[in-house]
Amino acid sequence: MTHLTRRSILSLAALGAATATLAACSGGAATGGAAAAAYTAPAKDISATLTYAIWDAAQKPAMQKIVDLFNVQYPNIKVNIDVTPSKGSAYWTKIQTLASSDSLPDVFWMNGPKIKLYAENNQLLPLDGLAEAKAVDTSNYPKALVDLYTVGGKLYGVPKDFDTIALFYNKALLREAGVTEPTAAWTWDDLKTSGDKISKFYAGKGVYGFSGDLTGGQTSYYNTILGAGGSIISADGKKSGFDEAGSIAGLQFWRDIIDSGVSPNMQQLTDTLATDMFTSRKLALLMDASYIVGPTHAALGDDMGVVALPKGPTSNQGVIHGLANVIPANAKNPDAARAFVAFLGTKVAAEVQAETATVIPAFNDTQQAWVDAVPGAGLQVFLDAARTASPYPISKNTGAWNSLEGQLLPQAFAGTKPAADIAKDLATKMNEALSQEA
Amino acid sequence: MSNPTTELRAAPEAGPEEKPAPLRRRLVARGDGAWPWLFILPTVFGITVFYLWPIIQTFYYSFTKWGVFGGAKFIGLDNYVRLFSDSSIPQSLLNTIIYTLIVLMGIPIAVVLSALMESPGLKFAGFYRTLYFIPYITMPAAVGIVWRLVFNGDFGPINWFLSLLGIEGPYWTSTPGFALAAVATVGLWMSLGFNLIIIGAGLREIPQEIYEAAEMDGASRLRQFFSITVPLLTPSIFFVSVVTVISGFQLFDLLYVMMGKANLAMPQTQSLVYIFYNHAFLENDKGYAAAVGILILLIIAALTAVQFRVQRKWVNYV
Repeated sequence: MTHLTRRSILSLAALGAATATLAACSGGAATGGAAAAAYTAPAKDISATLTYAIWDAAQKPAMQKIVDLFNVQYPNIKVNIDVTPSKGSAYWTKIQTLASSDSLPDVFWMNGPKIKLYAENNQLLPLDGLAEAKAVDTSNYPKALVDLYTVGGKLYGVPKDFDTIALFYNKALLREAGVTEPTAAWTWDDLKTSGDKISKFYAGKGVYGFSGDLTGGQTSYYNTILGAGGSIISADGKKSGFDEAGSIAGLQFWRDIIDSGVSPNMQQLTDTLATDMFTSRKLALLMDASYIVGPTHAALGDDMGVVALPKGPTSNQGVIHGLANVIPANAKNPDAARAFVAFLGTKVAAEVQAETATVIPAFNDTQQAWVDAVPGAGLQVFLDAARTASPYPISKNTGAWNSLEGQLLPQAFAGTKPAADIAKDLATKMNEALSQEA
Repeated sequence: MSNPTTELRAAPEAGPEEKPAPLRRRLVARGDGAWPWLFILPTVFGITVFYLWPIIQTFYYSFTKWGVFGGAKFIGLDNYVRLFSDSSIPQSLLNTIIYTLIVLMGIPIAVVLSALMESPGLKFAGFYRTLYFIPYITMPAAVGIVWRLVFNGDFGPINWFLSLLGIEGPYWTSTPGFALAAVATVGLWMSLGFNLIIIGAGLREIPQEIYEAAEMDGASRLRQFFSITVPLLTPSIFFVSVVTVISGFQLFDLLYVMMGKANLAMPQTQSLVYIFYNHAFLENDKGYAAAVGILILLIIAALTAVQFRVQRKWVNYV
């Protein structure tokens, strides 16, 4: 930086102004599927190289083990596992870019919010052929999951794992406060009464009765909306349900527990996620998903208990979400890819996942190993919940209205505006976004 | 070498008694041909492919409705019409300006700190410089995570310290107003290292004789600072202010990490680039996002142009 001249400054400035904010867009035409409908298992000596894209590094060892078992059957299909973290949506940015340039990985993980986006834009290979050839039997998986990955009557993904919602509790905190442990018979009123007792008992110590993670609906308000008889989106994915009376009641539930001091307030929950408060013993009861069992048990040990969701005015139904394995429409090697996806959907593959106890495998009756991994915590409730759970709400462009939820709902929970007003505003904006999807 | 204009003869290997032949070389070539262009080709290529072409594309996409997997549809000025009726744009523009103004306050701080650090006889000057430079080279995401904890309303060290003084600190990152101030403070802190390096280099450029002459004339240290140091530093100050404004308008990662999701204070804190991110990557509406991107580019270009105009009045090039 010896001599600063106007010219050198100008060139630097020009470069700075043109940085990455603008360099983010690129595109190509998407080509529709080479939908090889019928499927027959390929010959054992078929040779191919497949890329399997996943986003959870913690699950890579289990996936590798499944690949090894697959190679016993198909020794010449080489599968490379490619991990891209989902943090900061890196995985989906990458997948979407690959899709734009027709170079999607041969097999990759799919989630609920994205399935319609990819299926309805002809990015995925329908897998009905696998079901017809009995290579995959959809009755082996929870129906809600199969429904989630069935778009326009066609199956696009073979369920891999699932997560359901339950009420977590800290036995030690409850005992100290003299509150009985929650049972499956609990209603919202029981939860509020006990939560209130706990918050009052620990007043001034920063310990609260009950809360949930309100940064997204899956582990909190989606479940209370269902419990109050409302809905998030119509079955055909065309109309918002947020302005239904039940939905407003489901949102009001969170406003009430924050208002009465059962739960920490919105700002506290923004600074410290409810899940983190629970693992730090600052929260006695928590609504959350099965995927936090591992880290929570590691933090709380045998003080962690789990019970079915308390009953709302209508039910104690919660949402179920799970991942699936999918194949791109223009698969270079559809037979090898389908053989691999079929294997990923087998009982053997599910059992490998169950042993690692990271996720609940989607294959029915293989989940016991996951339940047994934490004996005495009552993890069976997550499997029971799967039977009655409602599929995770989605539309073609789920991200658009998920983003609206994040912008509007905090005001309802904080009481800045009445829940009913926010719900109606959200429904209007969400319907607008849904009408843009076509 | 095939270039006929350059003739380079090596020193002969002959004995010492022989005079070395004169080295003949054309210093300024009349017809260098394509060679210079070849040498800058990698840079030109890089800038064209990674900067210019995306800007042109973005400009085009700002007039389209974007298909998620490609296939943009031309819709004329619709995105720009929407841009002007979007109520979140003026507020986020204001947030971005306030953020940038706060970070700009790092420049006078850096001038004073530099002057102190360059004062003769200071021990461990290199150590201090390193200390201030570390935040600049640390990933903003990592910095954001740490500061998010520092600013935590219930468990953060700042509010703990305030409580010792009997003050109940706010929820820094989730209260409108405080959140922007908190993010900007961290932005200022991060920018200090870079500012110190540039301004420190500028300080060392100032000839020592000027100070000696001033000393002879009886000028105090304070007088020397304002009458010699500051005026002769203006090129460096101008440079860092241009760079600070540009990076201020590109605020994103720090904000994204420090604020978290579903934050009540987001409308009063979000930057223009955050709006861009929302539309491009969460809502899959890249056509509109491209229009926001073009708006950001135009604002930055205009502000930079204004700064270059105004600098004629206050920057002294020696």
